[in-house]
Amino acid sequence: MSYVIEAEDISLSLGKKQILDQISFRVGEGEIFGLLGPSGAGKTTLIKLLTGQLKQDAGYARLLGRDTGGLGAAEHSQIGVMMDDLGLYERLSVYDNLAFYADIYHISRGKIEELLESVGLYEARRRAVSKLSKGMKNRLSLARALMREGKILFLDEPTSGLDPVTTRQMHEILAGLKKKGVTIFLTTHNMYEAASLCVRVALLNEGKIIEQGRPGEICRKYNDLNLLRVTLKSGEEVLLKNSPASALRMREYLEQDAIWAIHSTEPTLESVFIELTGKEWI
Amino acid sequence: MSKAAAIFKKELKDTFKNKTILIQFLMFPALVPIMENAVRIDGMPENFFVKLFASMYIGMAPLTGMAAVISEEKEKNTLRVLLLSNVKPCEYLLGVGVYIWTACMLGAVVICAAGGYGLRGSLVFLSVMAAGILVSALIGAAIGVWSKTQMMATSVTVPVMMVLAFLPMLSMFNDSIAAVAKYTYSEQISILLNQIDAPRMEVSGVWVIAGNGLLAALLFAAVYRRRGLE
Ligand SMILES: Nc1ncnc2c1ncn2[C@@H]1O[C@H](COP(=O)(O)OP(=O)(O)OP(=O)(O)O)[C@@H](O)[C@H]1O
Ligand SMILES: [Mg+2]
Repeated sequence: MSYVIEAEDISLSLGKKQILDQISFRVGEGEIFGLLGPSGAGKTTLIKLLTGQLKQDAGYARLLGRDTGGLGAAEHSQIGVMMDDLGLYERLSVYDNLAFYADIYHISRGKIEELLESVGLYEARRRAVSKLSKGMKNRLSLARALMREGKILFLDEPTSGLDPVTTRQMHEILAGLKKKGVTIFLTTHNMYEAASLCVRVALLNEGKIIEQGRPGEICRKYNDLNLLRVTLKSGEEVLLKNSPASALRMREYLEQDAIWAIHSTEPTLESVFIELTGKEWI
Repeated sequence: MSKAAAIFKKELKDTFKNKTILIQFLMFPALVPIMENAVRIDGMPENFFVKLFASMYIGMAPLTGMAAVISEEKEKNTLRVLLLSNVKPCEYLLGVGVYIWTACMLGAVVICAAGGYGLRGSLVFLSVMAAGILVSALIGAAIGVWSKTQMMATSVTVPVMMVLAFLPMLSMFNDSIAAVAKYTYSEQISILLNQIDAPRMEVSGVWVIAGNGLLAALLFAAVYRRRGLE
């Protein structure tokens, strides 16, 4: 597999504070890679670094094989970026925001309509951005990032602040892009999003990657977190390890006809995070 | 379309929706014809309001316009996205600068028309305005680049603007202010505008304007080197 984003031992301090600490990962072509972490973990900072807006103190970062400190027109034309603050012109209309960038990129007006359709903003094209909902603004920012049909998309919390329906729409758009072979690097603090959308994820906490891999594999690796929650007819709840050691207890309960319900609590990215950091999520 | 031209076009669209900038551009050009026609006092010099407001316009509109546009784009992070799209800082500054200069020149044309000058007078008037607007735009750009937010920009532009715009008026009444003011471009512009109808113009003030322009350019360069457009 060829890697389009590579980071090795990246560290960065701003002021006296260490923001990123020896970050290493690689993203293969066509993958959706999720950077998962609570607020303040360093997600936005890492995106800034990978897109050449910041320079690391140590280690190296490469985008399409090029050091991110020296990205040029060729690399810029291959990336689309949606930052957490979106960077839209609030007084201009939806259409004019895209028309401006179409002029900058030398892209035809026809493409704007196509993009607006694809993110479901065609009807709202004449509205001023300041009058849009958060979900609509996110989609407009995404449309702008898609304009040049680059190979790599950086999306900083594309679904933060969206309701479940709008989130689902966003996921469908992203899944469609993945089918077209676009590589997506996204950040999120929604672990369900990471687990369902991303081929691979990295868990980021206080500037360190504490675990990375396929979501399913990460969860299986922490199988000792896998518990059986047995609710007895008496109303009592018992937590048993999902292991042979629990067989005897289970047999007793079954023989006494004492069981009302059994639930298995497979580890989720969330419980793995809590196990690794000792912190609650967010 | 070049990137600078795209930025020019975007600024033009935005101006019509941006009340603060719009007022800056329109206030004096709209006031001049009204005041010239409405206020008639015996012994008042010819074209009093044209000259007074023209020099105030130079001290205010380009300065606030430039500073507000650049600082707002920095604050709202729209500039960061632009720079990520391979727009060079010089292309951005050129697009905004040419736009502000052109918009202010349109205002200058309106003020000039209200003065009813002949061809030669109009040419002198507009050349003086063109130079003054350029100097002010450079100072405004320096303030815009220095400021991280629009609030910061405003807190600097207001006092600078007050000094530049009101010096010519104050020096009419106070000799010691006039002695200092003569080294500023806004005062020299006011002096030049007052001589348009005179048979012979005293043009030594052009050197002060050029010198101020050079200083403004150096100021801008220094601030830009320090802060960049981040
Ligand atoms: N310019 C800066 N100077 C100093 N510290 C900074 C700067 N920018 C960010 N930080 C700090 O870096 C840390 C990481 O910030 P970052 O914005 O990358 O977090 P994040 O994971 O994106 O959080 P969120 O989910 O809230 O967006 C925070 O503690 C923040 O306070
Ligand atoms: Mg963030």
